[in-house]
Amino acid sequence: MLLIRCPYCEMERPELEFRYGGEAHVARPLDPMATSDDEWADYLYFRSNPRGLHAERWRHINGCGRFFNAIRDTVSDKIVVTYKAGEARPATTGEIA
Amino acid sequence: MSESFRIADTKDSRVSGRPLRFVFDGIAYQGREGDTLASALLANGVHLMGRSYKYHRPRGVLSAGAEEPNALVAVTRGPGRMTPNLRATQVELFDGLTASSQNNWPSLAFDAGAINDLAGKFFSAGFYYKTFMGPKVAGNWLWTKVFEPIVRQAAGLGARTTEPDPDRYAQFYTHCDVLICGGGAAGIAAALAAGKSGKDVIFCDEQAEFGGSLLHEGTASIDGKPARDWLADALAELRTFSNVRLMPRTQAFGYYAQNFVALSERVADHLAEAPNGARERLWQVRAKEVVIATGAIERPLVFPGNDRPGVMLAEAARIYLNRYGVKVGSRVVIVTAHDSAYRVALDLAAAGVVVAAIADTRANPPVARLIEAKAAGLRVIPSATVTDTKGRLRVSGIGIAAVSGVVVDAPEWVACDAVLMSGGWTPSVHLYSQSRGKVVWHEDRQMFLPGASVQAERSAGACKGSFALVDILIEGYRAGEEASGASGLRAFAVSGDAGIEGGTMGRLPLLPGSKGKAFVDFQNDVKADDIELAVQEGMRSIEHVKRYTTTGMATDQGKTSNLNALAIAAGKLGKSIPQVGLTTFRQPYTPVTFGAFAGANRGDLFDPVRQTPIHSWAEENGAAFEDVGIWKRAWYFPRQGEDMHAAVKRECQQARASAGIFDASTLGKIEVVGPDAAAFMEKLYTNPWAKLEPGRCRYGLMLNEAGFVIDDGVIARMGDDRFHVTTTTGGAPRVLHHMEDYLQTEFPDLKVWLTSTTEQWAVIAVQGPKARDIIAPLVTGIDLSKDAMPHMSIREGKVCGVPARVMRVSFTGELGYEINVPADYGRSVWEAVWAEGRKYNAVAYGTEAMHVMRAEKGYIIVGQETDGTVTPDDLGLNWAVGKAKKDFVGKRSLIRPDMVVEGRKQLVGLLTDNPATVLEEGAQITAASAAPTRTSALGHVTSSYESPALGRSIALALVADGRKRMGETLYVPMPGGAIAVKVVGPVFVDPKGDRVNE
Amino acid sequence: MSDHAVMMASRRGPLHGLSLPKGTDFSLSEAPHAARFILRGDGASVAAFGPAAPKPLQGSAAGTRTALWLGPYEFLLLAPEEDATTVEAGLKATLPAGTSSLVDISHRQIGLVLEGRLAARCLSAGCPLDLALAAFPVGMATRTIYLKTEIVLWRQAETRFHVEVWRSFAPYLVGHLADALAGTNGL
Ligand SMILES: [Zn+2]
Repeated sequence: MLLIRCPYCEMERPELEFRYGGEAHVARPLDPMATSDDEWADYLYFRSNPRGLHAERWRHINGCGRFFNAIRDTVSDKIVVTYKAGEARPATTGEIA
Repeated sequence: MSESFRIADTKDSRVSGRPLRFVFDGIAYQGREGDTLASALLANGVHLMGRSYKYHRPRGVLSAGAEEPNALVAVTRGPGRMTPNLRATQVELFDGLTASSQNNWPSLAFDAGAINDLAGKFFSAGFYYKTFMGPKVAGNWLWTKVFEPIVRQAAGLGARTTEPDPDRYAQFYTHCDVLICGGGAAGIAAALAAGKSGKDVIFCDEQAEFGGSLLHEGTASIDGKPARDWLADALAELRTFSNVRLMPRTQAFGYYAQNFVALSERVADHLAEAPNGARERLWQVRAKEVVIATGAIERPLVFPGNDRPGVMLAEAARIYLNRYGVKVGSRVVIVTAHDSAYRVALDLAAAGVVVAAIADTRANPPVARLIEAKAAGLRVIPSATVTDTKGRLRVSGIGIAAVSGVVVDAPEWVACDAVLMSGGWTPSVHLYSQSRGKVVWHEDRQMFLPGASVQAERSAGACKGSFALVDILIEGYRAGEEASGASGLRAFAVSGDAGIEGGTMGRLPLLPGSKGKAFVDFQNDVKADDIELAVQEGMRSIEHVKRYTTTGMATDQGKTSNLNALAIAAGKLGKSIPQVGLTTFRQPYTPVTFGAFAGANRGDLFDPVRQTPIHSWAEENGAAFEDVGIWKRAWYFPRQGEDMHAAVKRECQQARASAGIFDASTLGKIEVVGPDAAAFMEKLYTNPWAKLEPGRCRYGLMLNEAGFVIDDGVIARMGDDRFHVTTTTGGAPRVLHHMEDYLQTEFPDLKVWLTSTTEQWAVIAVQGPKARDIIAPLVTGIDLSKDAMPHMSIREGKVCGVPARVMRVSFTGELGYEINVPADYGRSVWEAVWAEGRKYNAVAYGTEAMHVMRAEKGYIIVGQETDGTVTPDDLGLNWAVGKAKKDFVGKRSLIRPDMVVEGRKQLVGLLTDNPATVLEEGAQITAASAAPTRTSALGHVTSSYESPALGRSIALALVADGRKRMGETLYVPMPGGAIAVKVVGPVFVDPKGDRVNE
Repeated sequence: MSDHAVMMASRRGPLHGLSLPKGTDFSLSEAPHAARFILRGDGASVAAFGPAAPKPLQGSAAGTRTALWLGPYEFLLLAPEEDATTVEAGLKATLPAGTSSLVDISHRQIGLVLEGRLAARCLSAGCPLDLALAAFPVGMATRTIYLKTEIVLWRQAETRFHVEVWRSFAPYLVGHLADALAGTNGL
């Protein structure tokens, strides 16, 4: 069980309190009806699935309830940094740990 | 012949003089307090403790610890209290212990399965693979007709009990600054250092007593004291530290991410009387720092006949002697590649055991060892190998031959009743490896040792390759200081420690043409030949060899065998050991009971059983219940003599004739509040909300972004800034999560807040033409009249004097109300409604009647008519989609090409030609009565019931282009023949919908 | 509408008929009925209720009223049952329009009080948080989990915790706590 630092609680909390929410920074188009079928399909279904650092959404659902983002290394399963929803992705080195 | 192998004077041992009675395989024996089952059996001269897995060869105890592969026993403590596959070396003796050997029939001494031993070729390496992967037909036939029956009967380890386990298993999370795994010399030193730092320390060891090898160390002294006295003083000091939790009988069996370590504590297995509390405790420890002090395991030597009872690890014999006062034989031969076995020989000789010879595989054993042996009058044979052993159920002789170069001389046969072997020591790097650390091969030392730390841990002592006692103590102490952030070196003075040189891996030199079986993995019966055969048949990596031969895959995970297997494979391949690789060390280190993993999560406490405030009334009134997620819901209310069918029919008929009362409390409820509440609802639901007036309700449809229906429910507007949203029973948490997701991440500027009120309200639905009459006397502050409170409206007032939200809604097609009252009042208000209802012959109805009545009306149930691929249009619910809305979640997807394509499945009704036939839900639908195979179905039945209102069966279905097929005849193929059905509209009762407006 | 027929309904909670463990090392009891509200929105709004806005992961009390921080912009307000109407009316009158949401959840959940030397130990059978006094000091409050149920955990003293749990999960929680206590033999 991982410990995940919730950027709202400012505390490391057990993974059991969290729910995973898929890739982060996939913004919903401001005007969905103006998108092409391909653009919309890309938004709905296509994700980066990197080997290495991955920005992803988590929710501290059984804690403060907030959604936030985490950079996790998909090779080592280590969470490098967490940050609040709406904040820019922090600079991280792209190396695989 | 009671305890004839117990030494006379046991005062230096760990056993007391108190005798204990026990039974093994039906024979009564006597042992001592402090014994293990293995030591007590050995005290009685019993070596034969099991039969091997595949060949059913007689096997004796090999070791004295957790690594034991052979002496697996079942301990029985009464009904349901049978634990198989326990290592006799770890089973603590108590008065009345009853144990039995495993894997033998009809008895341990005469085992019919031993025929497999003669048919050895049959079970050689790759047996399982060859059998499974052989030519398809032959393989299947061979497997099902020949191999499977034999293997099932013959193979396998202990049997399990079929009764429920009455014991209690507890689980606790705990946290500490320093976790020390392993209570030997290194661990003790670490605990002393960490304890002094004042940090919160957990110190655990698998055995009943802390001390590890110090418990049987009779020669060495530490700081001027005999090792055992030093140990006693150290433990006494540790007990004075309130910050150190000493956890004996506790195995650290799994090391997980971020220093999460799982410990299994045996609380009661050593007690004659089981306590009321836990038998075992599973501790899930989060440690800031970990010290791994797990020691090393002695390696067997691989020679023909090395599995005969009486052949055992050398140091084990010393443990039995010094710790338990037990001689493992009266005339022993030592075969060793390592110095440590000389201590064994000396201690045994001093205890009066005849040490017939020390066969040392090394050409030049260290001079110091030779001097010690000579002084004790012991014969040393250098450059030795073992050609074979003799004896049926116990070793009676060993053939020792000298090796010159590659030539093995003719053997000299030496009579003996025990052979004590040592191939050297394998550091226990299991926990380190589980921590994701990479072990490193040290060619000079011929060992895998821990490499860099991946987590906050450090190894100390023998598990790190340090074998001199002084090094072990210093390293342990340093590790304890480092882990607790303390500093200040401590010196240890050690004398009388044994030699630490030597070691070999792989098989010993063979006599040409030797036919004897030389075992590598005792528990899985894997021989040196099997591993060589695996290589010969193309296996290149140890991972292949392991799976092909099953070496290392038994319950002991190859603790005594992996390195020998690896060396044999490497030798055959002509590669170095790291090139062949090392298999993964998986959790658990030793087997853990299912009880420990289950903990209290079983029976009534497995899952929360959610009950509504009205549940107790339903129970008292004979309801049958069904599980809806983790809710218990009243399913139907059978009267005397009624089956489900009759009860549901009566409930439906009476609800439509008069009224039915239904517990709808499980419906999800969310209070959506804020100035932007309507704007938020516009985004999350397909329907328009801006113009819905306070006091009115609307059926809401929720889509995911892909355009598929995920939930629905009636939504009431309580005020300009407040909505009372209802969701499906199962969808409540999901919908709230979905709403929070959009609110927090996509529409964070909206001023609106969400609160779950599912459990705030008990909900009593009253449905039927008499509904208004029934509730009217209980309601105050609300004008219930048709005009004042029309269908799809909500009013706040009081019911039975308590604040209530009363909705006029219907899920039956009849006039209906849903009374929401604060949950604690639910049962009381229900009783009042029931009392009023009785005046009109109203019924209480359950979820089954609810389903039937809604199906009669063609109302969908999300999850029954939908499966995550269904759009509003597929369901005929386009009327619920706000066409003028610019955006809502899922809207864009509704015009994707696949969503508007011809041939999508649409909701229709089905009527069987035979009105008595009730279709099966989930049944497929075809155009032809005998559809050719490999043609696609047109759709499937989603709901099917006998309709009391129509007096015939009805069904709902999703059918390709269903709305264009009205009146067509389609077929539902079933094993008994295709059932003809006519496609009709999905609304069977009151299609105009007049009754809800009564 | 016939007023004469209207009687006052009576209450029955989810622990009706269950017995709770009582002992010196651990005792479990149901907290008295309370008025409970979820206040979401601006933290400054809490002041209108009584106590100062609690800091993250803290409770804040004034007299008989307590506010527990559940998350940013989310507070659980606890007051004596008889204050229910005044709390709601008072807050609605005071809160600036459109800055927050107030929802009555008095019946959604119940309060449990755990007391005794083994209280933290019994909680740690299902709650993965570090409940050592240093890590979870007196006054700390948080939403968390206990096995398969969500709880709000508030430490009132070294050996006293107040737990809030949704009503239909309460029997499950109580059953597990009793079971946990039985598994503490020798601890
Ligand atoms: Zn949080």
